[in-house]
Amino acid sequence: MATAISEKPQKAAEPRVKPAPASIKRGGTPIIYFVALVLIGLMLTPVLFIILGGFRSNSSITVDPSGFPVEWQWQNYAEVLTNAVFWQQVGNSSIAAITTTLIVVGLGLMAAFGLARYQFRGRGVIYALFAAGLMFPMTVAITPLYILVRDLGLTNSLAGVIIPQVAFALPITIIILVPFLAAIPNELQEAASIDGCSRLGFFWRMVIPLSVPGVITVGILAFIASWNSYMLPLFILADPALYTLPLGTQVFASQYSVDTARVLAFTALSMIPALVFFSLFERRIVGGLTGAVKG
Amino acid sequence: MTSAQDTSRDIAGAPGATNTAGGSSAKLPPSASPARLPAGEKRRRSGGWIPRLELALLIGPALITFVAFVIFPVAIAAYYGFFSWSGYGPAVDFVGIRNYVTILTDSSFHEALGNNVFIAVASLILQGPLALGLALLLNRKMRGQSIIRVLIFVPYVIAEVVVGIGWSLMLQSNGALNGLLVKVGLGDLAQDWLSNPAIAIWTLVVIITWKYIGFAVILFLAGLQGVPEELSEAASIDGATYWQVQRYIVLPLLGPTIRIWAFLSIIGSLQLFDLVWIIWGQYVAGTAGTSTMATYMVANGRNSGSYGYGSAVAVVMFVLSLIVALIYQRFLLRRDTAGAVTGGKN
Repeated sequence: MATAISEKPQKAAEPRVKPAPASIKRGGTPIIYFVALVLIGLMLTPVLFIILGGFRSNSSITVDPSGFPVEWQWQNYAEVLTNAVFWQQVGNSSIAAITTTLIVVGLGLMAAFGLARYQFRGRGVIYALFAAGLMFPMTVAITPLYILVRDLGLTNSLAGVIIPQVAFALPITIIILVPFLAAIPNELQEAASIDGCSRLGFFWRMVIPLSVPGVITVGILAFIASWNSYMLPLFILADPALYTLPLGTQVFASQYSVDTARVLAFTALSMIPALVFFSLFERRIVGGLTGAVKG
Repeated sequence: MTSAQDTSRDIAGAPGATNTAGGSSAKLPPSASPARLPAGEKRRRSGGWIPRLELALLIGPALITFVAFVIFPVAIAAYYGFFSWSGYGPAVDFVGIRNYVTILTDSSFHEALGNNVFIAVASLILQGPLALGLALLLNRKMRGQSIIRVLIFVPYVIAEVVVGIGWSLMLQSNGALNGLLVKVGLGDLAQDWLSNPAIAIWTLVVIITWKYIGFAVILFLAGLQGVPEELSEAASIDGATYWQVQRYIVLPLLGPTIRIWAFLSIIGSLQLFDLVWIIWGQYVAGTAGTSTMATYMVANGRNSGSYGYGSAVAVVMFVLSLIVALIYQRFLLRRDTAGAVTGGKN
């Protein structure tokens, strides 16, 4: 199906971001700001509910579920933060997410370089294959994927989560990176080769440094997807010692369902890393997407 | 849907890009002559097998991983779908198409499919216009714009598990929402948001909208960056109002982005699993009327030890998604080759 659209004479995707045109747009009027405020409120209320709830006591949550913390209880957060299980899950999630990200970026860069800068038969087919991978999220493959991972003896190991995650993150990675690498001027490659640099040498010395913005975008996407991943760990990891944070959070929530405040504290703490990561690199992500979406 | 979708617009854009770049990279050998050399000649000049080896080294690992863990599982699902198989030992109990007959005649599968379709349609209708409005709003110059952009993306970045736990605690019958309603004197509106089959699916749609609208907004904002400012300027010089400019110039040019978003939204809706499983779980989802094909697959496949049956459900989901994808692409292709840039709104 990807080949189908690719026939359409599209402009080449350039991962360069044009500065937003400004002059025609009218500035904010009070109404606009009001709408924006309401919007922020709607987006943040559930998040604040989780964070603030963690500062309350169970009895006050029961009495007044929608209230603000009257006396701030640090105890819930302290208990979670001194809980060895929580840190074990943070560790598992970190190992899974960081390893996934590194492998995805490595394999993705190599493949994207091959696809963007080599001329060979079957390139279109391989590209279309990866593009088709975008259409089908993991859900559809999860049952057979579990069987496959089990037959490989990788259930109950983080590798059993990491390898499929890499495989499913590759399409988007390659599709974002190919235009990035294709946009590196040929003159650069020519100059490098005149200076005696092989194509692989060019890859190491020039392409990798030049593709850092694209790499950050795909890296963050892969990291967040892995950090938040639920279905795959649910299938693959049976040993509680290997639980990643989402799995652990859910188990914790059902185990301590009466202790609402502690569940909220646990949940709030588990979302911090993805949020921090995202806010650090938000500009990069949006910029990277802009380049890719603009086409 | 995953973070991935973001850029499938590239499916359209990139092959062109690769072609150009690939074509020109063919003229790269050390003694680069100004004339473009065809690829074949290039390859001969640089020694034949070396570029091939390089290519194999570059693309091989990614391709093998991808095929082994994305393509191959779908293929073995197609195989196991013809067996009654508990998941252990070799599958020997060949049942032909019995699994498929069971699936297609099972009323709970019909219900799940219906829910998927409902969610897909509701997501399009709710998220589309809302996200478009927000994107247009945020595309104006205003103070605090960047912080709003970050905040609107927050729900999208949070894990489904966090969203599920937070919302289900907020919406349970003695939860914060009902508490708030009582507090402001609207206690009559308090509902069993999660367990009442009449409204549970609407609750789900609201949560989905909240979670994924940021993605749509960011995508549209990115698309808006590509709308040439000169056009809007010219139109407003000719006396078009702000809204006329948006309606007749910006919106049509945003068509391709909207169509890609709609496609990703539909596919995502058909595959929905995490939120339903976390908030309702296997058993409640059935009674609350929020089960989806994916939760049906897990409940009746892995969780009942019928891997053959689960695989068959996976195949059905795959085929349904593929059909939707193909129809949609054909539709897209037809529109775009017909040169119809008229709004992607309907």
